[in-house]
Amino acid sequence: MSRIGVFVCHCGENIGRTVDCGKVALESGKLQNVAISIDYKYMCSSPGQELIKNSIREHGLDGVVVAACSPRMHEKTFRGACAQAALNPYLCEMANIREHCSWVHDDKEAATAKAMDIVRSLVAKTVRNEKLFPIKIPVTKRALVIGGGVGGIQTALDIANSGHEVILIDKSPSIGGRMAALSETFPTLDCSQCILTPKMVDVAQHSKIKLVTYAELESVEGFVGNFKVKIRQKARYVDPIKCTGCGLCSQKCPVKNIASEFDEGLGMRRAIYTPFPQAIPNRPVIDKNNCTKLKTGKCGVCQKICQVGAINYEDKDQIVEYEVGAIVVATGLRALETREIYPEYGQGRHKDIITAMQFERLASASGPTLGVIKRPSDGKVPEKIVFIQCAGSRDSNAGYPYCSKICCMYTAKHAMLYKHKVHDGKAFVFYMDIRACGKNYEEFVRRGIEEDETSYLRGRVAKIYEENGQLVVNGIDTLSGEKMSIKADMVVLATAMSAQLESVHLAQLLGISYDQNNFYSELHPKLNPVDTATAGIFLAGSCAGPRDIPDTVASAGAVAAKVGGLFSKELLEREPIVACTKSFSNMNTCSGCFSCLQACPYGAIEQEIIVDKKQQQKKMVAKVNQGLCQGCGSCVSICRAGCLDLKGFSDEQMYESIIGMGGS
Amino acid sequence: MSKCMESECNSYVVKCYQCGKCSAGCQISPFMDYLPHQVVRFVQLGDIYVDKILQSKSIWYCAGCQTCFSRCPQQVNLPHLMDLLCERSSKLKKIHPEARKILAFHKSFLNGVNRFGRSFELGLVGEFKLRTFNLFQDLLLAPAMIFKGKICFLPAKIKNLALVKVLFKKS
Repeated sequence: MSRIGVFVCHCGENIGRTVDCGKVALESGKLQNVAISIDYKYMCSSPGQELIKNSIREHGLDGVVVAACSPRMHEKTFRGACAQAALNPYLCEMANIREHCSWVHDDKEAATAKAMDIVRSLVAKTVRNEKLFPIKIPVTKRALVIGGGVGGIQTALDIANSGHEVILIDKSPSIGGRMAALSETFPTLDCSQCILTPKMVDVAQHSKIKLVTYAELESVEGFVGNFKVKIRQKARYVDPIKCTGCGLCSQKCPVKNIASEFDEGLGMRRAIYTPFPQAIPNRPVIDKNNCTKLKTGKCGVCQKICQVGAINYEDKDQIVEYEVGAIVVATGLRALETREIYPEYGQGRHKDIITAMQFERLASASGPTLGVIKRPSDGKVPEKIVFIQCAGSRDSNAGYPYCSKICCMYTAKHAMLYKHKVHDGKAFVFYMDIRACGKNYEEFVRRGIEEDETSYLRGRVAKIYEENGQLVVNGIDTLSGEKMSIKADMVVLATAMSAQLESVHLAQLLGISYDQNNFYSELHPKLNPVDTATAGIFLAGSCAGPRDIPDTVASAGAVAAKVGGLFSKELLEREPIVACTKSFSNMNTCSGCFSCLQACPYGAIEQEIIVDKKQQQKKMVAKVNQGLCQGCGSCVSICRAGCLDLKGFSDEQMYESIIGMGGS
Repeated sequence: MSKCMESECNSYVVKCYQCGKCSAGCQISPFMDYLPHQVVRFVQLGDIYVDKILQSKSIWYCAGCQTCFSRCPQQVNLPHLMDLLCERSSKLKKIHPEARKILAFHKSFLNGVNRFGRSFELGLVGEFKLRTFNLFQDLLLAPAMIFKGKICFLPAKIKNLALVKVLFKKS
């Protein structure tokens, strides 16, 4: 015989309008196992909670049912109140008579009867509730940051500055990411390198940060606080410790004509190279696909010229294992090539139709033209230039229905930079809407239009083609209704920002979810914008969707705060609502079919070997790793042998609540 | 931006972001062939497009009431722009046929002011009728207007007429 208290909330008028709360309380009081039953206007308020606490103490309750709103709304509140009155919080249940009853019904009598059914059901369930205790797990206070762009750099620095170790990995030979390749940044026109490179140096010199470049994530095991990660260190063929970074090898390498990834194909690099002069670490790597020595065995110039003997053609990929407590994904995005979706824009057919990233390199002082705007085909300074926004973005037909967010701003910046460098030049911008939401953004765009004389034409360009050696851009200005045909020397496409090509692969490695555009999904778009649904894995920067530098840096700081919070305790506490194996008189009924292993989205099912007295393997059974389990219950419903159960929602509890509901 | 207009109105024409508040609040817009915001847009787009505007009714129909200017979020001086366009339109002889009467009225009025320093109604009516060959229009209104003292037979002059003449020479 239990002693359960039923507390019926009016929720102001939300419930009271359609449900006769007094009657529900009166009827509940007559139920078996119910010791006390009270209704109150606002149960979640301070006096309401006091009412519950006092009743627990006075009547010695061993279960509480709060008939009010949804568990998502206030279960935590009421369980907290119970805990304060020394009642195990998991003996408190919510009977949802608001969302499931009063809000969806008009008929007061019927709604009151339904509210009674719900209360009866929950009372029956609560009778079977067991005391549960939070799961405590140890934490490895070290974080892994994947991606060394500005987001990853900032996250690593912020975590390291709060006193925790960080491992920062980047797939390219240097950190810096996209931002290192930019010329100047909106809306202040600071030089991108000037504000990023000092941070890169900080990363390299920080005692708490271990920098691993030219490396990729190989595998991840474990759960929040206890991840085991394997990282593939790609063969550099250059010993970074012996190498002094003198650069002689890159100067003498005979393979000269490889399109530089950093210069977006506008400049050339050698087979042994550092991506850019300010690279961190400033140590070259050999591109094994283009090195003559590695391909044919002949050459070896770099080895001969290297005075410290740092070149090692025998270098191999290495797998390094680390234990970390948190993983931060800061893998950024990539700019789409419009030739993939818009053949009518002629990218790839004509050299002077370039992407915005290529324009960044042209405008950058460290770029292939040293900051002089020259068109790629013949090196002429373009007198007329056309910028095209939304080259791919906001086109659901092409598969990119979203706004890339940053193009309006960087295009305004490009037109401005162009005008600053080519005073007699004329810049046109085709746009759909100008989305300049941000501090000083609108003012920046207006400055481009009013002071730097950029002509903005509202409309999408239909076609770009070549006529008598000149590019012709055919579009429309919908504001005037006039068709526009502009003869241009160069065209710059603000191509859509899309997810990294490997983003899905990485998501599967990490066990995090991604959206229809392959950007990673936040736990909640507003309230948990940097968490993922997998505990201990966080998102920084534009891997979660297009973001500009300020947003990326802000999200990096937010992640660091979250990681700091995670690392602030010696032991992590988790909700005990997890799956567990049932045991019937100490016998495991698991047949070892492992359907549950297939069903579990979190990789929480492990295989356990059961041995007999002679230490011989009897059978293989499923075991739930309670650190990984998120309590979704998929395994419970798929288990054919019925040997899995979800704590707090056991089969017994569910049966009782169903039977209780019909027991009027 | 139109080259020919640049020096006089560039400072505000570039500011227009085509919100359309001017056209929405314009009392004359139902009679215009291009709405006020479209007039600004064509000036922004350049010379070939300005030509359309010079041949339009809109610039002449604008009453210069300043409603648009006082409401404009970007301080685009549309009445001023309309004046500039009218001037240019008459100089280049691109006036819309329907607007000729308006120009005749402008000229008749300004001639009176030039001569006397202020408006002389009878002279204005006379000159306007001669310019438009519309000799008998509204003639029946004349007795009542004369009776009520709205029309004087002799013009009144201002004291410092020389100054007005200087102004007209300057323009």
